Amino acid sequence: MNICVRYFASIKDDMGMGTVNIQVDDDITAGNLFDQLTSEIQYNGTVLIAVNHEYVDCSYKLKDGDEVAYFPPVTGG
Amino acid sequence: MKIKILDEKFDPWQEIVEFKRNELQNNSSIGASSIFLGTVRDFNDDEKVESLFLEHYPDMTEKYLTKIVDDAIKKHKIFDGLVIHRVGELRPTDPIVVVATWSEHRENAFDATREIMESLKSEAPLWKKETNAKGFRWLQVDKEAAVDNVKT
Repeated sequence: MNICVRYFASIKDDMGMGTVNIQVDDDITAGNLFDQLTSEIQYNGTVLIAVNHEYVDCSYKLKDGDEVAYFPPVTGG
Repeated sequence: MKIKILDEKFDPWQEIVEFKRNELQNNSSIGASSIFLGTVRDFNDDEKVESLFLEHYPDMTEKYLTKIVDDAIKKHKIFDGLVIHRVGELRPTDPIVVVATWSEHRENAFDATREIMESLKSEAPLWKKETNAKGFRWLQVDKEAAVDNVKT
C-alpha cells in the first residue's frame, strides 16, 4: 500500500528530507514504520505521530493512502 | 473565531482591534477582554539569541488551534477567541503569538486565554529553532508544558 511520510523539525533534519512517498506492507503500524525508516539514524528521542492530521499512538495500523507524520514534542507559543 | 498562521511580521494590536470591530462590534454584553502576547526574547539559557525560526505542519496546526479555541469557547463560555501565530524567521522583540478572548466576566476571559496558551504549547504542531553565536538548536519541550500526546 502507498503511504505519504512527513518529518518535521529535528527529525526532518536528521532524515535529510521532509516528505517521501513509499510503499509498505499491509498491517504495518505507525511505530514499526518509524523504526524501519530511522534504523540508519538511530533516533532515540521522543517522537509524536499523527495520521491524516490527528495524533495516534504507535500501534495505529496504517491504511492505504494515509499521510503519517513524525515529529518531536511541540515547542510553539 | 479567527485562527491565523503568518509568515511575516504583524501588528498584534491592529489585529485585535480589527477582529473586535469586525466580529464583536455589536456585542454589548462584553465585560472583559483578555490578551496574551508572546514575543521573542534576546536571551535564552544565558545565551544571546540572534533569531528564531518557527516551523509548523500546515493544516494540522490550524486544525488543532481551531479545536483548542472551540473547546475554550464551550468550556469557559467566552463570546469569541482569536489566535495568531508566527512561523518563519523571527528576531528579538518580534511578536510570536497573540491570544485574545472576550467574555461577560473577567474570570472566563482570563481562564480561557490561559488554557488556550497552555493547550497550544502542548498540542499545536509548531517547533522553534534558535540561532545564537554557537550555531542553531531545536528547542526542547518547555518543562511547564504538559505533554499528554502519545509517544513511541
